[in-house]
Amino acid sequence: MSGALVAGWLRLAAARIAVERARLTELDAAIGDGDHGINLDRGFRLLAARLAAGDVETAPPGALLVLAGRTITGTVGGASGALYGRALMRAGATLEARLEARPAASAVTPAQLAGVFWAAVDGVATLGRSRPGEKTMLDALVPAAVAFEAAGLGGVDLPSATRRAADAAEAGALRTLPLVARKGRASYLGRRSVDHLDPGAVSSALLVRALADAVAGVA
Amino acid sequence: MVALVLVGHSPLLLRGLRAMLAQAAPGVPVGVAGGTDLGALGTSAPMILAALRSVLDEGSDGAVVMLDLGSAALALEMALDDLEPADRARVRVSRGALVEGAVRAAVEAAGGGGLAGVLAASETLPGTDKLPDDWPANGTAPG
Repeated sequence: MSGALVAGWLRLAAARIAVERARLTELDAAIGDGDHGINLDRGFRLLAARLAAGDVETAPPGALLVLAGRTITGTVGGASGALYGRALMRAGATLEARLEARPAASAVTPAQLAGVFWAAVDGVATLGRSRPGEKTMLDALVPAAVAFEAAGLGGVDLPSATRRAADAAEAGALRTLPLVARKGRASYLGRRSVDHLDPGAVSSALLVRALADAVAGVA
Repeated sequence: MVALVLVGHSPLLLRGLRAMLAQAAPGVPVGVAGGTDLGALGTSAPMILAALRSVLDEGSDGAVVMLDLGSAALALEMALDDLEPADRARVRVSRGALVEGAVRAAVEAAGGGGLAGVLAASETLPGTDKLPDDWPANGTAPG
């Protein structure tokens, strides 16, 4: 796990959010306030610009994640900005601690990175006071963390582990379709939120897929 | 003096409210964190943190935070997490309505009220004295 990989992931995520901006906003317009794609695009666009300006090849990956979290929480706005910002900052702090603790020259293992991913997901759950099944980003992120951890503990390499996490995140996002929203503005709709995908779960799956593709070197 | 910090989604809304407070309660320090860092509608934890630090560093007797909507609470919580414990102990977060609560709180602060008193003033049930008693309760015009 290097600064270059983190930066590559975030730049790929920014590019895909720009492409998916209209779709994410449409999903949000159905059950929220219709700005999810616009907000994420605004924040990730600035983040990509900041990453392009800095020397990311040699930057510590944990510090880059913290920088990303601060940027997102200051620019995306709304609950998703706070939650994604918290996730990135928690991931950064946890990764930094892992990197400091490891013996010299040993790589961070997929299982340890799954722990970093869990720390990010836990940050979302704690700040959002939510759990899976409430039609939120956690419906994508928790299955992703479970799959990531299982792959890591099973000795799978990082490209495969992150690919399994992305598969689980996308499946989890699709499973939000029949759910009743229990959190955020969508919860005001009650049962009328059924038969819509949760925009946060969809953008979460997008972010995890971008991670897997960045790890695999797929642009 | 106790300070206020206004947190909300619209920079324009909060600027207007700050102008009202300056008139109603001159001299009360008012920090403002409205919109995202790019000026869009939304909230920004870094901006909230900066607003809190600015009024606390001015040597105020603590700060009462007023929110426009509950969805600002997530960003506020992140900002409070980043505040030093000694400063966090000087902050109270109001459940009061933004405009009426802020005006009541500012007047209380200007009168020398302490942190608990300003918080209590900000949380006075909104709407109870907005209209004269003889106005109909169903929202129709009087007379």
